[in-house]
Amino acid sequence: MAEETPWQQALRYANRANPYPFYEELRKTPVAPQPDGNYVVSTYQEVVQLLHDTRVTSDGRKRGVPFSNPFEGTVITTDPPEHDVDRRRMMRHFGPPECPHMIAGFEPEIRRIFGELLDNLTGKTRIDLVDEFAFPGPVTVICKVLGVPLEAIPSFHGWIETALDGLDFGPEANDPEQQRRAAAVPDAVTALRQYLGDLIGQYRKQPGPGMLSGMANDDGPEGPLSQESLVNNAMLMLFAGHETTVNLIAHSVMSLLRHPDQLEKLRRRPELIVPGIEEFLRFESSVQLWPTRSALEDVEIAGTTIPKGAPIFLCYGSANRDSERFENPDKLDLERPDNQHVGYSQGIHYCFGAPLARLEVQIAVGEFVRRVENPRLVEDPPPYRRNQIFRGPRHVWVDIDGIRE
Amino acid sequence: MTLPATVAELVRDFRANGRIVIVGASLAGLRAAEALRDEGFTGSLTIIGDEPHEPYDRPPLSKQVLKGWVPADHTQLPRLRAVDAQWRLGVAATGLDRATRQVRLADGEHIPYDRLLIATGTRARQWPNPTEAALEGVYTLRSRDDAARLQQALAARPSRVLIIGAGFIGSEMASVCRELDIPVTVAERGSAPLVGALGGVIGKIAAEMQRDHGVDLRCGVGVSSLEGDASGHVRRARLSDGTTIEADVVVASLGSIRNVEWLEGSGLAAGFWGIGCDAGGRAFDINGVVTDTVYVAGDVARQPHVLYEYQFLAMEHWDNAVLGAEVAAHNMVNLDPDYYPYLLLPSFWSGQFGVNIKSVGVPPFGDEIVFTQGSVKERRFAAAYGRRGRIVAAVTFNNGKWLEHYARLIEQSAPFPPPPPGWDQPEDMNPMPAEFPAPGVPTAIPDVVLTGHDPSERRAEFRPRRR
Ligand SMILES: Cc1cc2nc3c(=O)[nH]c(=O)nc-3n(C[C@H](O)[C@H](O)[C@H](O)COP(=O)(O)OP(=O)(O)OC[C@H]3O[C@@H](n4cnc5c(N)ncnc54)[C@H](O)[C@@H]3O)c2cc1C
Ligand code: HEM
Repeated sequence: MAEETPWQQALRYANRANPYPFYEELRKTPVAPQPDGNYVVSTYQEVVQLLHDTRVTSDGRKRGVPFSNPFEGTVITTDPPEHDVDRRRMMRHFGPPECPHMIAGFEPEIRRIFGELLDNLTGKTRIDLVDEFAFPGPVTVICKVLGVPLEAIPSFHGWIETALDGLDFGPEANDPEQQRRAAAVPDAVTALRQYLGDLIGQYRKQPGPGMLSGMANDDGPEGPLSQESLVNNAMLMLFAGHETTVNLIAHSVMSLLRHPDQLEKLRRRPELIVPGIEEFLRFESSVQLWPTRSALEDVEIAGTTIPKGAPIFLCYGSANRDSERFENPDKLDLERPDNQHVGYSQGIHYCFGAPLARLEVQIAVGEFVRRVENPRLVEDPPPYRRNQIFRGPRHVWVDIDGIRE
Repeated sequence: MTLPATVAELVRDFRANGRIVIVGASLAGLRAAEALRDEGFTGSLTIIGDEPHEPYDRPPLSKQVLKGWVPADHTQLPRLRAVDAQWRLGVAATGLDRATRQVRLADGEHIPYDRLLIATGTRARQWPNPTEAALEGVYTLRSRDDAARLQQALAARPSRVLIIGAGFIGSEMASVCRELDIPVTVAERGSAPLVGALGGVIGKIAAEMQRDHGVDLRCGVGVSSLEGDASGHVRRARLSDGTTIEADVVVASLGSIRNVEWLEGSGLAAGFWGIGCDAGGRAFDINGVVTDTVYVAGDVARQPHVLYEYQFLAMEHWDNAVLGAEVAAHNMVNLDPDYYPYLLLPSFWSGQFGVNIKSVGVPPFGDEIVFTQGSVKERRFAAAYGRRGRIVAAVTFNNGKWLEHYARLIEQSAPFPPPPPGWDQPEDMNPMPAEFPAPGVPTAIPDVVLTGHDPSERRAEFRPRRR
């Protein structure tokens, strides 16, 4: 058997907690062809360059071998002009210019949600950061933003977990166990699509709160989103709207507990939470890689030609640790100057929800640091979830002395 | 001591004890002051500005301020850090004596310096007939006070506004008038709006945008005279084609004049297009010798650019002021070989008629243009400019997220036309002449100007235009 490439090793589940040594190896070849025909891009400059290249598509149907994934038919897998039109149709209900105050208006609610989660920890000496704080906060927020009833959380959480666990781009994809997990994905995605389709159908009959109802009943200047596009993008937002944020909150707290000097600094200067969460996201990127792109022409880059039709994997997690771009990239520095990380991507697919995610994580981590007394990691590294894109811990046990007011 | 050690000692000593004076308290002046402190300069810093206000931002003046969304005095520039400077606001610098290293002020004071930064920018070109320019209701727009006055005039709902000159600022003002539902006529001597900056092909699109929004756009005509009523308020304009326009607000948007008069007799290479300096911001004297003590940044600077055959570029753009200031500040407190060059690709943005226009590079350097993405009909497109088979600039209408792609191609001197996009292809992808006016043809002055290779620019003399 041929030796595994650094990329294949980085994707192995055993290396989920620390893929960084493999990335460092990987960056020696900025654009690295893989045995399976994928081209992996791991350096900052090349990632940014391809994000702005007009010969690169995000649409899986335009590949040599069509690429099917749970995000089909959403903004994240379409090119201009369709992408731009649909993104504007969504943005009308989320941000400026039509809804400039929407996210700021949620701030009190977000504070209340995370505040209550911390209140509930009173009296405990050991908590699961993920299940008791990092997960319930963002999932509640995105439900309120979209208008998805909170009662649905357990069921859609299950479908999403199944879909996440079933996706594997690495050498373990063919293991029988993983094949079983992969086989469960289509049903889970169908169930989620069905659920959201029904909900949107109800909102069409009887408008209610939130973006989904707004989008379903909107006849904006560019016309309404098609039912199909609306359901697909609802799935994308429901999913992308919390999985990433959960992982960022968990990783932010973990990073602080691993770097007591930075934690101390943040305690003294709480305003550092604003640049701080950018650094947390650079340091442990919630979206480690993105798999939807491919070349529509031969693309020459960094001495390699990505042939027409070839899939391109952009490895944001590695680009954010590239020493050509970031001084001492493996050091956590809340005051890092010029921190233009690619944790939210760049260009036309730049994260739609970034302003919401920023606000949530600033509040969550800021309040955690302010209120939780003497937090200590129990197990380091903690157990990780399987998914390679949305990398994050499954549980993070933390011992605490109490909760301040 | 070794030579490098001596140099390091010199730099350290200067950073601790040097005296730096900045003339011009606006965007370039403020950002330079902040950058100097960031660079570790702890000596004395004096900032001289003839406007009474703390540094404020100009781009909102022709946009949010005129619309009435933001009061003119709410445009202060954010402070990026404390600068710990002596501010001399409301007093102009009136002279420079390089022999004694002193700046003369209007109040008679002399301020000594070890290093000087000139950031005096530009001012609006006034309507050339002084009697007509003095009529009530005749405006120009450069300062925050100008904007406050013009905003009031618009809020009083004039029967018609006449804008003379359809460069970026003139066009933005026309757009605001239409948003406020005020009738507006735009008179432009060139063939279309924005032709000087973006050429005739794009100018045509800009003209359609204006007309679609109800602007009475007249191109290829000049305004010959303004007429007032008995009380001295402007009422009418006569155009070169013999027609008249009734208007009670007239805005002259005729481009700008570099604020260099105070440097008369200083021996610096100051002229019509500004002060010549090297790519590190060091001013040239009139003999083309670079000075070690005087630096230039912002709208008033003119410096050679490696991508444009080392021609001197004069750029009236926001980010040019910011980057120029940072580069000059760095070089003011360093010595060879630690100088930074100025390597910014010019870029610009404008908002008008619901369209976000952005450009990168120097469009007038090109002679061909090709549409590369999107749809002209939907006013959502990108186009690239080429010269001798390489790409030199690009412009986007409501497609700004792709600008970086073109910036990279320009930096690499990539071939023109660029490779076609894989999606969203425009109907016509054939290069065509970009239709920039021939030099000397009157039009609104573009805001990036290629001013030749002569550092002292003595050929270019100020000659008022005949109207
Ligand atoms: C209405 C308007 C809209 C604009 N919109 C855009 C836009 O959308 N995008 C963009 O990229 N750019 C735009 N610009 C251009 C941008 O504002 C300028 O490029 C920028 O202000 C240049 O900064 P500066 O500091 O070099 O010069 P200035 O801002 O001109 O500042 C020079 C300062 O020096 C002072 N001064 C002059 N002479 C003396 C003296 N002898 N002694 C003391 N002080 C003196 C002046 O009064 C002034 O305060 C716009 C400009 C205007 C006026
Ligand atoms: C820390 C939290 C988040 C991170 C790190 C993150 C990261 C990303 C990244 C990297 C992309 C681009 C993928 C690509 O390369 O094409 C993206 C796109 C997107 N994100 Fe986020 N995201 C976060 C939170 C959110 C939230 C809260 C929402 C909720 C609305 C959201 C909705 C979207 C959508 C709709 C897109 C697709 C945009 C497009 O294709 O135009 N994200 N996100």
